[in-house]
Amino acid sequence: MAQIIRIFLFFMCLINWRETKVKLFREALIILGIYLLGELLSKSLNLPIPGNILGMIILFILLCTKVIKVDNISTVTSFLLDHLSFFFIPAGVGLMASIGIIKSTWWQLLVVCISTTIIMIGVTGIIVQGISRSTKKKNI
Amino acid sequence: MKVKYLEILTNNILFGLVISLAAFEVGIFINRKTRIPILNPLLIAIALIISFLFAFNIDFDTYNKGGQFINMFLGPSTVVLAVPLYKQLDLLKKNAKAILTGVFVGSFIGIISIIGISYLVGLDASIIKSLVPKSVTTPIGISISSQLGGLVPITVLAIIVTGIIGAVFGPTICKLFKIKDKVAIGVAIGTAAHAVGTSKALELGEIEGAMSSLSIGIAGIMTVIIAPVAYNSAVFIYHMIK
Repeated sequence: MAQIIRIFLFFMCLINWRETKVKLFREALIILGIYLLGELLSKSLNLPIPGNILGMIILFILLCTKVIKVDNISTVTSFLLDHLSFFFIPAGVGLMASIGIIKSTWWQLLVVCISTTIIMIGVTGIIVQGISRSTKKKNI
Repeated sequence: MKVKYLEILTNNILFGLVISLAAFEVGIFINRKTRIPILNPLLIAIALIISFLFAFNIDFDTYNKGGQFINMFLGPSTVVLAVPLYKQLDLLKKNAKAILTGVFVGSFIGIISIIGISYLVGLDASIIKSLVPKSVTTPIGISISSQLGGLVPITVLAIIVTGIIGAVFGPTICKLFKIKDKVAIGVAIGTAAHAVGTSKALELGEIEGAMSSLSIGIAGIMTVIIAPVAYNSAVFIYHMIK
């Protein structure tokens, strides 16, 4: 009996293993298919929006209309999002070619980064706070 | 003989992959040990790889044989950014008017101020183009920068630096402007300082964190549309005045 259960469990594991493998490919197919569709739309219609962002908008619409469920793409999605910062390394290493620019303009770059971050946080925060306070007052 | 070994080592796809993985591992290790936000793992990894390549006289193209495979993941990563946005949909619906107006005006004023201040400190056009998308999440920022004709590496650097500034000074800036509303703090930090800022917002509280991560996607999509329009009108105004 124990032997049979063991064999049964073994086969269950095997089926599970096969299904997770297939699931990964299916997830990749969905995500890359949508990405490809975005690229095709962007290039063929000469849109000013890049293909990957069109793909993001398409995926968002498909999620909202429940055509795709989050579970259908969860494994690949969390793989991509959890390791997001790693994928920027080659783009960052490209700085090698621009090291001269950074050496000559580093303080200007820093001034722009600091000042505009302060402006953006200030403006966005004040507006959101203002609007949500006024809507709260209306509700009361 | 020594040179030949180096050539064998670098003249394949694996070199770029292995050195990137190793450098990122070191970056994460240093960041966890020190817990200093300026020692961002990505920043450390990039600095290590660049120093290594310079030290051994290896050019970028050699590294990029492997590097391009890592780069390939950026496209699908942008696509799946729709998922966290969708998960926060209920939160967005509750505060839709405040969030959408705030992110739109904030991003718009932000881009205008980036162009204006860059011009005032004397940066040239290619760098200004690279700085325009510096507040959005990196994959979207890279797309916007290349669309405008900017230098993508400068954009990546500016995005990381902005994220760190937002994470370190975000709460102080909010106090300075008397922003006390939790939703407002979250949206402001997420709009201005993307995922790096969001990590700080999550420390402030649950509402701040959720609002901040929601704003990353919204600010990204809005900036895609605002950036070219704002940049081209700025160029137009500049030529009119001239």
